[in-house]
Formats: sequence, C-alpha cells, structure tokens
Amino acid sequence: MVTLKSLPEEELFLAGSTACHGCPSSLALRIAFKALGSNVLLIVVASCTSVLQGSYPFSAINVPLLNMAFATGGASASGAVAGYKALKKRGEIEEEPTVLVWAGDGGTYDIGIQSLSGAAERETNFIYFCYNNEMYSNTGTQRSGATPLGAWTTTTPAGKPQHRKDIAQIMIAHGIPYVATVSLAYPLDFFQKMQKAKSIVGTKYIELLAPCPPGWKFPSSKTIEVSRLAVQSGMWLLYEHENGETRFTAATKKIIEGKVRKRPVKEYLDMQGRFKPVLEKPEGKEAEELLERKVTESIKRLKGWVPEYI
Amino acid sequence: MADDIESIEYVTSLSRPAKGCAGNTGEWRVFKPVKDDSKCNNCLICWIYCPEACISKEGINIDYQYCKGCGMCAEECPTKAIEMIKEDKF
Repeated sequence: MVTLKSLPEEELFLAGSTACHGCPSSLALRIAFKALGSNVLLIVVASCTSVLQGSYPFSAINVPLLNMAFATGGASASGAVAGYKALKKRGEIEEEPTVLVWAGDGGTYDIGIQSLSGAAERETNFIYFCYNNEMYSNTGTQRSGATPLGAWTTTTPAGKPQHRKDIAQIMIAHGIPYVATVSLAYPLDFFQKMQKAKSIVGTKYIELLAPCPPGWKFPSSKTIEVSRLAVQSGMWLLYEHENGETRFTAATKKIIEGKVRKRPVKEYLDMQGRFKPVLEKPEGKEAEELLERKVTESIKRLKGWVPEYI
Repeated sequence: MADDIESIEYVTSLSRPAKGCAGNTGEWRVFKPVKDDSKCNNCLICWIYCPEACISKEGINIDYQYCKGCGMCAEECPTKAIEMIKEDKF
C-alpha cells in the first residue's frame, strides 16, 4: 500500500519558480515526478507551465525539457519517442525515458486535440497529461472548451452559456490502453495512477482538475479545498479506464457506492468568485440545476448508460 | 545540474535547473507559515501539498528563502500546527 511516508523525498521541481501562489500545476509536477522518477523527457506545450518553469538561463524543472508550440503536444511526443527508439537501437541509451507531455486545457481541448488524436491513433508510447484549469489562464483567463456552464471568464463576462466537453471520454473512444482522471486533493490516488501509466505501453491520457486561484477567484490557500469539493460535489469524477472497463476511485467510488453523501454542486460554486455573476442573476438557479443534472448524467454515462437518442 | 544560482559559472543557450530561478521568492510573502512543533504529528500532509517544494520531508522544515506564503499548508494541516503570521516588513 502506498502511503505518504513511502513517497520519494527527491524533488525534481525546484523551489523558487515563477509560479503564482498556490499554483496547482507546480504541485502536480512535483507529484508526477515523484511517481515517474528522473528518467523523463518533459514536453511542455504553450501553457502556464511554459512560464512557471522559470526564465532563461535558469529552469525550475530538473529533467530534460522541451518547450513546444501550442498545437504540437502529440506530434512532438511522437518525434521524441521515435528518436529515443533509434538511440536505443544504436546502443546509445540503455533505457528509453518516459515521454510526458504537459499541456493545459487550451492545448488539449481546443488547440492540441488533433495532434493528440493522431498520436493516440499511432499508438505512440507516451503519457499525455492535461492539467485542466478550465480557462486560458496564462493569457488572461479567456474561455476555453473546458470552461463549465455559467463560469465567468474575460470573454464570457456574464457566464459561459455552454457546458464543457468531456475529453477523457473522447480519449477512451480512441481505444488507448489507459485513461485516468486525478485530483490534487487525493495525492496518493494521483501518484498510483501516474505509476500505473508509466508501467503500461501505449498512449496514456491523464487529466487533472487544476483550480487556478487568480482565474477562479478564490484565495491561494484554498486550492486543495476547491479540488476536494469538486470531487465531493461530483463536478470532477475520479476514475480510470483500462481494458474496456471504467473503475471509479477514491472519493468518487465512495459516493457512487453510497458510503459518502454527494455534496451539492452549489457548495462548490459558492466557493469561487467566477460563478458569482451568474448566481446573482435570476437564471442562476437554473444554471445550478443544469450543472447538477450534468453531474448525474456523466455518472450514468460512465456506468455505461447510453442516451435514448442514439 | 546545479543546486543554486551562485554555483553556475557560465551560461549557454540552454536553461539550467537551479533553485530560485525567479530569485528569492520568499520576498513575495505577506503571511509567513510558522510551525508549532508541539502540535505537529509528522503526518506529511503539508509536505505533499506544498506547491513550491519548500517543506522538507525529514523534520518538516519550511524553507523561508523560497516559501511564497500561499497558505496551503496551514489550511490543510489536520492538527492546525501551522499558523500564518503577517510578515513584519509589511
């Protein structure tokens, strides 16, 4: 059994980075490196992580790192994996490093989806990690394909009228060997899923809900609490998909089994300033009910339910 | 690989890993986390939740040179052993 005491002490994400206070991406990098070890090639597509790794000539990340263009997550991983394969064939390296793509939701949901889809179809052996902060936080909190219904962003000042798409399901539809969702509030679950992803050959997709304090408008000390409430309210479901089966994990499993009561979505919305504009309006109640329905629907879908119109 | 900026003697077109690539980020801090040893039960929750890798696993020591004072450790501590105290200079 994995406990906090058994996690490695070595830090590959070095202190004193350029990240904001309470940044979920820097914390996620720390935990991911603990699971993957130092034999990793990190490919960062344009996102907050391009900034928080530090400015030239220093870097806060103590593994080889490539900064790539926004749309090239999957494509650059394919190139790197092919390159390492050739080096191993020539006998220049003993072990092929784990290729880890680190992308935000903009680089995954919107701009990077075609190269990710291509890499998954080619069965490239790499881990694609999406830290989803539900907006383009790096460029000033604009709307993205991951922004939930009713959330404020600079381009949806009255609240987003559409709900986010479910990219983990899109990746499951690719038939890749491993898809998982993780949360910062459950670090051991996160650690184990990263370790499992490392041990599997093929394309692995892992997605994290990354509450962004400046973008979501909550105090920097609440990052973990917001992550936890997202899981407990069902707005973020923890599961892993392997061999054609979806298995719920951590708190989501307990909620689905009925051991723990699901908390209302309202509690999660109230914690964040980005839902204030819509909740203050008369339509706020409607948006809240719609989100609650979306949660029920996504749980049903994950259990294998197919809507009637199909 | 170098541990701190001072030990790097030359630079190339590559960035090199170093602690404190944004300078002494402890200067950003408004509230300082202070640990009360009598309440700490060494559960390591603050260590795993520190986004800046500023808390050591052995002995739970806080690195004030780089701690940005986000307050996540104090918020999550189950025994409330960490308290956020306003810095004197502000």
